[in-house]
Amino acid sequence: MKKSLVLGVLGLLVLIAVPAFLKNYGIYLFSYWLVFVIANMGLNLTIGYAGQKSLGHAAFFGIGAYTVAILMKAGVSFWLGLPIAVIGCFVIGLGLGFPALRVQTIYLAFATLGFNTAVWLVMRNEEWLTGGTFGINNIARPSLFGLSLAKNLSYYYFILAMTLVLGALMWKLLNSPWGKAFTALRDNPIRAESLGVNIQAYTLLSFAIGAAYAGAAGALFASLVEFIEPAPFTVGASIMMYLMVVVGGSGYFFGPLIGSAVGVLLPEWLRFAQGWYLFVFGSAVVLLMLWLPDGLLSIPDRIKAKRLAREASAARAADAAAIGGKP
Amino acid sequence: MTDFLQLVLSGMATGGIYALAALGFTLLWQASGTINFAQGEFVMLPAFTMLGLIAVGMPLWVSFLVTSVLAVFVLGWAFKRGIADPLLKFGMMPIVVATIGLAIAMRNGIRAGFTAEAHPFPSLFSDKLFNVAGVTITLIDLGTLAMSLVLVLGTQAFLAKTVTGRAMQAVAQNTDSATVLGINVPRMIFYTFAINALLACAAALLITPTYLAKFDMGEALGTKAFFAAIIGGFNNSRGALLGGLIVGVAENLASAYISPAYKDAVALIVFMLVILFRPQGLLGKKEERKV
Repeated sequence: MKKSLVLGVLGLLVLIAVPAFLKNYGIYLFSYWLVFVIANMGLNLTIGYAGQKSLGHAAFFGIGAYTVAILMKAGVSFWLGLPIAVIGCFVIGLGLGFPALRVQTIYLAFATLGFNTAVWLVMRNEEWLTGGTFGINNIARPSLFGLSLAKNLSYYYFILAMTLVLGALMWKLLNSPWGKAFTALRDNPIRAESLGVNIQAYTLLSFAIGAAYAGAAGALFASLVEFIEPAPFTVGASIMMYLMVVVGGSGYFFGPLIGSAVGVLLPEWLRFAQGWYLFVFGSAVVLLMLWLPDGLLSIPDRIKAKRLAREASAARAADAAAIGGKP
Repeated sequence: MTDFLQLVLSGMATGGIYALAALGFTLLWQASGTINFAQGEFVMLPAFTMLGLIAVGMPLWVSFLVTSVLAVFVLGWAFKRGIADPLLKFGMMPIVVATIGLAIAMRNGIRAGFTAEAHPFPSLFSDKLFNVAGVTITLIDLGTLAMSLVLVLGTQAFLAKTVTGRAMQAVAQNTDSATVLGINVPRMIFYTFAINALLACAAALLITPTYLAKFDMGEALGTKAFFAAIIGGFNNSRGALLGGLIVGVAENLASAYISPAYKDAVALIVFMLVILFRPQGLLGKKEERKV
């Protein structure tokens, strides 16, 4: 436990210190990564802990972003827009949860995918509201207690703070009886039901809370890029988010942190491969799944399992030697 | 009225192709529980292989045969051994993500290594027009529809009438009992993968003349095939045909009469209605919850 505390503090120090030495693009990438960490934390709750299927997470991300952008264009403050985006996504997420009560597995995946397509079509086609393919530009960055967050670095620290707060809330939630109920729902819904877990309510909540996280991430994203259009909120984006959560390790608390790094930072790092970089990325994902089907964060578990197996066989060998050694 | 009939017919032609992709998809799911997110790319890759072979001087039908053999090996055997077999025991998530990765790799491999442009593709049929009672019918639409019907119904007949086909169905229904009955389960599952690859090649042959060969052609096609499969019924092979035709026709009518901008939404609305009111699909059987 102590080791992980030291690791956490070190990681946090890196997150605070490193961007200060980076150029604008580096800071932007770090911010972009953290935005995805927030969104994927929500998705991890839905698919990793509660065991639902969702391929529509980018829709909520988009709804959050558009809500804040449209409200700010109408003169509403970011600080009012952010909670409206979060609550809005929570309510819509609750609505999307209803198909999940009727259908499971692949059917649910495609129902959410369909929802995403519908939202995207509205974003693209309803120009009066969303600006269509031209999008909405000049979205201002907020200021906090008179402190302007307009600078890239200060906005990054704001996103970092939000990530920490939302991460702590998620940690609390997962370690509460609610969190246990979610995992019970994932592992065996029928047993969970017979033990008195209201599986309908928890299924809906897992979607709603996941969506609320995506909404918060979307709101931060709108102010980060200062210009939004429908392209980042396609079905393809949802599929990427799903990929990030699974690659990082679904059902591991820090999975989204690693997964988002793979999804956001790895393609940047692969730019040396030029036109081939997405080919390399796709192949890497296939190989990674073949090597670690439970995601990158299953590595420590694997090492542990190996060590236990080795110790057990060493103990057996010692026992055998002890027995055999007696005259 | 004549416009309407024309739209229905061309919609059915497109729908027939969706049905081919959807059928392969349902077969894989039934036999092995594989969900293939690269299904659209499984059509795109043969399209480019055929183009390449035509470019080195082969006639269309030879290039189709060569591509089919290659596809059975690469998209059937290698895909099964390399990706599906090792991952299926870990549940749905790893195989979904691996096929997503595969789709990204295939799409961008073609873009980077071959071409990012859309390429014309020779059609099996000449662009002749018929006029039946005021309705203009193109030979391409008619031929495409006929070919896809023959292929889907042929696959059906193979599954229902032959010993191998029935063994494959037995595997799909209950793997354990099939093993007990002495059916070579792994081989039957391989046959399913092979049929999927062949159907994908046929779909490529039929769809590419109209929609052109492009690295991202699989994206829309894959989604439509999924929708078609679910609308028709995921655990019923005949459902794929019905679903494909419904999606093709609905889409065509909507883009003509409602708005081309919401063309993609129509398949979606049908799909949502089916999911909400008949989750097992129009022709599917209900799956009970198991403890």
